[in-house]
Amino acid sequence: MKSLLKMTWMEAKLFLREPASAFFTLVFPLIYLFMYGMISGNEPTPMYDGQRALDVAIPSLTAVIIAMAGLMSNTMTMATYREKGILRRLQTTPVSPLIVLVAQVIVIFAMTSLGMLLLIAAGKLVYQVNFAGNVFSMLIGFVLSSLSFFGIGFILAGIMPTVRSAWVVAMVLLYPMLFLSGAFFSIEILPTAVQKVSAFMPLTYVVNLLRGLWAGEPWANHLLDVGVLVGMLLVGVIISAKTFRWE
Amino acid sequence: MNTIVQVNELRKTYGETVAIDEVSFEVREGEIFGMLGPNGAGKTTTIECLEGLRKPDRGTLRVLGVDPQRESHILRERTGIQLQQSNLPDRMKVWEALDLYASFYPKTTDWEELLVQLGLEEKRNTPFAKLSGGQKQRLFIALALLPDPQLVFLDELTTGLDPQARHAIWDLVRDVRARGKTVFLTTHFMEEAERLCDRVAILDHGRIVALDTPTALIHGLDAEERVIFNVDGPLPASFAKALPDAVRLEVEATRVIIHGKNDREIPLVSEVVNLLTGQGVAFHDLRTEQPTLEDVFLSLTGHQIRE
Ligand SMILES: Nc1ncnc2c1ncn2[C@@H]1O[C@H](COP(=O)(O)OP(=O)(O)OP(=O)(O)O)[C@@H](O)[C@H]1O
Ligand SMILES: [Mg+2]
Repeated sequence: MKSLLKMTWMEAKLFLREPASAFFTLVFPLIYLFMYGMISGNEPTPMYDGQRALDVAIPSLTAVIIAMAGLMSNTMTMATYREKGILRRLQTTPVSPLIVLVAQVIVIFAMTSLGMLLLIAAGKLVYQVNFAGNVFSMLIGFVLSSLSFFGIGFILAGIMPTVRSAWVVAMVLLYPMLFLSGAFFSIEILPTAVQKVSAFMPLTYVVNLLRGLWAGEPWANHLLDVGVLVGMLLVGVIISAKTFRWE
Repeated sequence: MNTIVQVNELRKTYGETVAIDEVSFEVREGEIFGMLGPNGAGKTTTIECLEGLRKPDRGTLRVLGVDPQRESHILRERTGIQLQQSNLPDRMKVWEALDLYASFYPKTTDWEELLVQLGLEEKRNTPFAKLSGGQKQRLFIALALLPDPQLVFLDELTTGLDPQARHAIWDLVRDVRARGKTVFLTTHFMEEAERLCDRVAILDHGRIVALDTPTALIHGLDAEERVIFNVDGPLPASFAKALPDAVRLEVEATRVIIHGKNDREIPLVSEVVNLLTGQGVAFHDLRTEQPTLEDVFLSLTGHQIRE
């Protein structure tokens, strides 16, 4: 227990000392929100069923944070630790691999939450965004989305032979997802053929679920999203544990 | 005396490469056991099999009474390990590394004290990436000694360290032995092995070619010692005649080297000095050279550089 606490605290400090990861999870979403605010203005738009683009921006950008934390921060940290022999050094101590993984999940999750809180705070203060949902439901949706996404990073770091290759695959997965999942703009404006592709993007389900819960829709409208994310979570946990290597 | 490490016919291959072949030896409680060998001889492979980090192809291993593969969890708490190659996160500070690693063990020594002993006190707030090679090495030695383990593995103990640090670390390692712990180390420094180790194994091409105390190994080499001095004028012919038959004389201008076996009744050096003063030959800068572990090492493993 003591080692889990120390390890988590250490990883949190390391995360914040790494300018790139701190920027992408904490600062970048805010910049995007302000750009959104300047471009889209404050009027309700029919594209989002009468909500303002800005109201939708919060859950959408939260999905972006989740994707970037899970695919970029998580993959890079784990793959680097393995390639540089940092995990191998840990292997010589009594610490269990589970503690290494759990500490990592806690830190990435905490940073993702912090990113979301900053977004909400900025959205409320600057644009008076409207939150029509239930705080508790939103929280559960957020936890489910985050955890189901972090698994992808662990699996990539576990199966790819080098940091470089893990990074390339992470980027190849991340970019199309950001654009085709509806996180940055509504997929309804895309050609139908492209819309079909988005059904295969895990992030699409995160975007749908978080947006729905943010707008106050009931869980019953999002059973498919929940199903896909729970499935991803289970597969993620099992495969992460199976593909974990110290070296 | 108890056996701490027992190795029986260990064999380890990597594809076509046979890294370790039919190696057997044991390490006793409370000794500093050294392993020497040219690059690629199989030292790291042996030590990492013992640590439970690599799986041997064949052979039986017992470390602290357990099988390092199947019962590695028992070893983890009772051994301290310094790997030949390893890293910490770039932005982790020296004190943070010690503090974090200390939390993994049920009981540890005071790491503040280790920092002082290893001369890392001033670097306690320096991130790992900003340490020099030798400072990193010292930090890893600190991490290995941190759990106050029964058995310490040190792979290339003082590679990359300056003489001051090397001497400080020798003292630390002797301290460990004084507390009844056992040390297993590998090194490329013959002086280190000679001065620090109770017994040394010399490994070559995956096999042990010699194993004994440094003194016994040097003695067993049957090597010559040398007496070297300078003369002001030419060396009189009578001097050469008066030398015993078993010694060999070598003169380069004013520099004289006398080679002789070191198993004589009267030490070679007193015989030479007696002769010089008896004949009134003026000499200066006289010194003797004893055979060292390095001579043993080179005679056993050859002068050929390894790939
Ligand atoms: N992971 C590995 N995969 C393939 N071959 C390896 C591996 N590790 C070591 N070898 C080979 O096994 C042999 C023994 O290597 P080892 O690292 O044990 O040598 P060493 O005595 O520690 O050398 P050095 O003094 O250079 O550290 C070498 O020929 C090396 O190329
Ligand atoms: Mg080695």
